Amino acid sequence: MEGCELHLTIDYVGSSGIILSPEQKAALQTSLVILQSENKFKKVYFWGKILGIKDDYFIAQGTGKDEMAERRTFYSKDCVHWGLLPPATKLVRETSKLAKGRFTGDPSFEFEHVETKKVGEGEDATEEEETITIKEEDRLASVIAEIDEDVKIVPRASFIKTPTGLVVPNRSFEGLTVSEAAKLCSYMHFRDPKLMLEKSLLQKANLDKSIDFLDTLEDDIPKGSWSLQFERGSGLATLRSLLWLGYVFYHVPGSRKFGSVYVGTGERNLDLPFML
Amino acid sequence: MDTPSINPKDQEYISAKSYLLQTSTDSGFNLYDHLSTCLTKILDERPENVYDVFEDISKDTKRSKFTSNKGEGEDADQDPEDDAETPLPNLMELAFYFEQAGVGLNREEVIRVWMALKQLVDTHNLQHVRFWGKVFGTEQSYYVAEVEYREGEEEQEEEEEEAEENADEDTEKEEGEEGEEEAEEDDTPKPDFKPPPVVPKEDKAGPNKKTYFVCNDPGKPWIKLPLVTPAQVTAARSIKKFFTGRLDAPVVSYPPFPGNESNYLRAQICRISAGTHISPLGFYQFDEEEEEEEEGEGRDNFVENLDFEGIPVKELVDPSLSNWVHHVQHILPQGRCVWWNPVQKNEDEFEDEEEEEEREEPDEPEPEQGPPLLTPLSEDAEIGSMPPWTSRLSSNLIPQYAIACINSNLWPGAHAFATGKKFENVYVGHGHKYSQDNYSPPSVPAIMEEFPSGPEITEAEDPTPEEEAALRAARQEAAEAAEDMEEAEEEGSDED
Repeated sequence: MEGCELHLTIDYVGSSGIILSPEQKAALQTSLVILQSENKFKKVYFWGKILGIKDDYFIAQGTGKDEMAERRTFYSKDCVHWGLLPPATKLVRETSKLAKGRFTGDPSFEFEHVETKKVGEGEDATEEEETITIKEEDRLASVIAEIDEDVKIVPRASFIKTPTGLVVPNRSFEGLTVSEAAKLCSYMHFRDPKLMLEKSLLQKANLDKSIDFLDTLEDDIPKGSWSLQFERGSGLATLRSLLWLGYVFYHVPGSRKFGSVYVGTGERNLDLPFML
Repeated sequence: MDTPSINPKDQEYISAKSYLLQTSTDSGFNLYDHLSTCLTKILDERPENVYDVFEDISKDTKRSKFTSNKGEGEDADQDPEDDAETPLPNLMELAFYFEQAGVGLNREEVIRVWMALKQLVDTHNLQHVRFWGKVFGTEQSYYVAEVEYREGEEEQEEEEEEAEENADEDTEKEEGEEGEEEAEEDDTPKPDFKPPPVVPKEDKAGPNKKTYFVCNDPGKPWIKLPLVTPAQVTAARSIKKFFTGRLDAPVVSYPPFPGNESNYLRAQICRISAGTHISPLGFYQFDEEEEEEEEGEGRDNFVENLDFEGIPVKELVDPSLSNWVHHVQHILPQGRCVWWNPVQKNEDEFEDEEEEEEREEPDEPEPEQGPPLLTPLSEDAEIGSMPPWTSRLSSNLIPQYAIACINSNLWPGAHAFATGKKFENVYVGHGHKYSQDNYSPPSVPAIMEEFPSGPEITEAEDPTPEEEAALRAARQEAAEAAEDMEEAEEEGSDED
């Protein structure tokens, strides 16, 4: 959710148990503005909080002109001092998946993963143990990248793709209607499309190229990995991801107000298929 | 005619006036007086454009006449109500503290929950009410209230409910009996298998000490959750399912869960309460009088310690956590808080079944034991290598006025705060226990043997012709020997 309106928008997700203490709100309000001007971001977003055992990480993201491609992630433990997270490369993301358990709250902590490998062939095979260490800072960066890729969503038509390929906010977006807001196909993954490429020409025939350039939630596997609920009558639509427990998206139908936040342990819910 | 002096016009005038003079049955006033007051008022005040404001004048006049006949009575009623002790908690104050800790729900929602709790207090005779927390479902969420009835009140309500339930059960029973008779006619084979004895539930104790009400939205009716049985607790431990938000939804799972979602919710609530309801050390103490009565068995009653002075916040957030205690009984693996011996009851049954070959008397099972009530959190088991609780101050900038807040890592979403003499627990989450490993459903039990394998059903090798011949010869010999004996006997008898 946008940093400059955080104190107002955080109330929209309060019903999901996401609360910032007044002290944190005050600190974020100041420090995010400083972060924005120091790094010359166009916009700065409060991304959420990752709960550690000893301490929590507050995460903020700054974006440039293209909201999808130019994104940098920062973390802080006191909401005041922000540190830049290393980029989550493919290799880092692969190794981070091996780390088990909760975040500790110390960015320099190292998770250890012991992998047994078979060396040699036939009877000469011996097992060799290889220890892989994963730094918590790297794991944090890759978990954030994973969450962004898996569940970061926006309402349909809130962003458009310009002919030059830039993804920018749609200035004429007036919000979803209530009946649209009740359908999963009105929300889209804010990532480079994956499933869109697999669609047939017939399916793509009715799509608007500048709007429907993203994957919709309807195609998500497994079905039912989103919990869509209305609050305040139909004045607020809330989507909670069941894959990443703690990811909450809100949209006020009929207005430009939408946003999302993640407050959780930073662990993917792999038990999802059993739980539905 | 007796009244010739009155002409028809006058007659009409009189009847019209008497009509206008009729007093209204609702308010006790009549239109004639009202119009005359209005007109007097207009003529006195001479307002401009009187045609346009006539309604207002009429309304004003009516309002000035209105006196509430309830007014005095209400005031008199309200005063003692304010003085009387209400079980309604000061939710806003608690919400304030939780907000400092950065947990809980937002303020507007708390107010709505508060109103809903007030409604609950007004409709039931309760001794104690708490906002237990919120459990998210996929379609709707549950708001949970934890209540204790005044003594005797619950029975009354239950009796009413049971009367209805019994009616249903009776019909079911009859159907069941009929079914059995039919089965006998068909002479279907009956399985040898005897299910293990059902562990009886604890009534008004252990997991059923408190009653829980839930609603999907503050303002919707509160629904009382059924009592939890040990079987439900043990089954709930081995499954992990999302709540849907509909209490009557079936719980489709393996191993099968006995009951629907309301039972599952109730089982999870009592597990969460047992695991995460904590209070500062010394806030509660055991009742000294009861101590003597119950020896050996774990004590399950405690009273508020009136001399509790409060523990400094710095000591509360100490990582050893020895200043916090559990004030809800631990639930044993059996699903009860007090262990129940399954063997005792079985003895009579064993005597009845004399035909059955004497089984080995099952060993006296080891009584399951859990930590006693008011055990410090420092005794809690770790989750893998992870501490089960995380404690912190609400503010590092102004620690002098900070409060202590503590989050459960075992049940993510369970929080508690304490400052001075105040403390509270709340749960906001999906209602699942944390485990480092992924959930894997228990494997299917091994297939039972159809028959005990014995000589009757094992296939024997056919005898060879030689063996048959030998057997035949042996038989013949035996027969001859018998004949000889008979003859000998006969001879003997002849001699006599």
